[in-house]
Amino acid sequence: MTPQSSSPRTRWRPAAFAAVASTALFALTACGGGSDPLADKNDDASGGSSDTVTVGSADFPESQIVAELYAGVLRDAGVKVETKPGIGAREAYVGAVKDGSVDVVPDYSGNLLLFADKKAEAASSGEIMKALPDALKSQDLSVLDASKAEDKDALVVTQATADKYGLKTVADLSSSCGELVMAGPPEFQERSYGTSGLKQKYDCSFKSFQPINDGGGPLTVQALTKGDAQVADIFTTTPAIQDEKLVVLEDPKNNFIAQQVLPLTAPDRLPKEAVDALNQFSPKLTTQDLIDLNRKVSGDEQQNPADAAKQWLADHGYDKAS
Amino acid sequence: MSLFAEAAQFLTDPAHWTGATGIPQRLLEHVGYSVLTMAIALVIAVPLGLWVGHTGRGGGVVVGLAGALRSLPTLGLLTLFTLLMGLGLMPPILALVLLAIPPILSGTYSGIAAVSPALVDAARAMGMTESQTLFRVEIPVALPVILGGIRNAALQVLATVTIVAYINLGGLGRYLIDGLAVRDYSRMLAAVVLVAVLALAADAVLALAQRLVTSPGLRSTGDRP
Repeated sequence: MTPQSSSPRTRWRPAAFAAVASTALFALTACGGGSDPLADKNDDASGGSSDTVTVGSADFPESQIVAELYAGVLRDAGVKVETKPGIGAREAYVGAVKDGSVDVVPDYSGNLLLFADKKAEAASSGEIMKALPDALKSQDLSVLDASKAEDKDALVVTQATADKYGLKTVADLSSSCGELVMAGPPEFQERSYGTSGLKQKYDCSFKSFQPINDGGGPLTVQALTKGDAQVADIFTTTPAIQDEKLVVLEDPKNNFIAQQVLPLTAPDRLPKEAVDALNQFSPKLTTQDLIDLNRKVSGDEQQNPADAAKQWLADHGYDKAS
Repeated sequence: MSLFAEAAQFLTDPAHWTGATGIPQRLLEHVGYSVLTMAIALVIAVPLGLWVGHTGRGGGVVVGLAGALRSLPTLGLLTLFTLLMGLGLMPPILALVLLAIPPILSGTYSGIAAVSPALVDAARAMGMTESQTLFRVEIPVALPVILGGIRNAALQVLATVTIVAYINLGGLGRYLIDGLAVRDYSRMLAAVVLVAVLALAADAVLALAQRLVTSPGLRSTGDRP
């Protein structure tokens, strides 16, 4: 951050080598060597040099897939890339971006905004993208352009239920809510977008709520398909939505706030060619792409995120990505 | 406020002691699932253990089976059974039954198998039938060990019944899993305390039962080795 801070690296290294007298000391300096280059890298970057960019990811498959996409896009643009997959929850990877151990990480616009500003009330994708830069500025973070791809909570029904009650949007539910059982993660009963949000915005109170703790996974999907529940809270990039021909109900009142996939970084951290490359890439990524990529990684194929990403990049003209 | 103070506040809030999501109701559900699990496990494991212990046949199989069952992750079984059978009470109960069987089975089997052969031979020499030998000699002598296995199983079940809240069932696990979902650690701690207290209470009752049913002859030799 400070202008003179790129010099400690050059001063520090010879000192470190001089200290390789005892193994114990060597271990210590090796540790220091691991964090030191990372600490001064952001100063290098702010100086406009194109040092290695470290792409991190959260500890779930979709984040790792998008991180691999970012890495491929950056390599294609001639940027040297390292990846650091599976860092952890948002607290962990935002911390990693702040301290410089990671330069860019995929995130979701709505949740990122709420993380930066707990009182934020923006809900639509436009409002959120307008509010994000200011909310992040105080934490010395920034975002690049958002993609169209969105992974957010959504109310999902089977095709049969949709036909029976004539459902296209959540608003269509209001007359039939009282007859329907809903399944979803336990927090749905307590979060503002959950049971109370549906009541407030759509005047919808379900007959009962069945908590299922697998994050909209196979058990939740099965509750729908077996008829234990008629409505379920499932993430929009879940492959099962397509595989089971489920209907995602539109949410005209933005009860579930927008969650566009976008790169989280710090101001002036990335070299210009990296920023340009990511900003050109994001508009190409769609929710459908994420469904397909998730299916490859989490479905029967069990591809690793890097291979799945490679395929997508090759299909989209990033031929120098690997 | 510290986590412990918040947990204490959760436990003492009168609002948490009434209604369908209140502590008494959850406690009742918790005990209900546990009793159901134990009943099914006892019906399966005790006769099997008695038979194997008495005849001496299939001891290796039982030990192997019990060991294999112990290594199965209960949450994985719960998910598997629920996927196979759909939401409901029985899939998680079956997963818990598989958890409860090994300690009961190996307790029963090893208790019976450890009865001195001289004692069994004496019983037969007195003209006892096989079932008389089993019920009048072997079981009374093996009872402390058998009950030890049951106690062990009951404790494991009481603690593990919390996972049925992973799907749409109740019990004290509701506080644990719902609390984790919204990072409400005080609620989770309160649930942990409740489960621990319940387990200790149940263990005390079972220990007392174990003492009461142990034949006086066994007890005196057991106390003075």
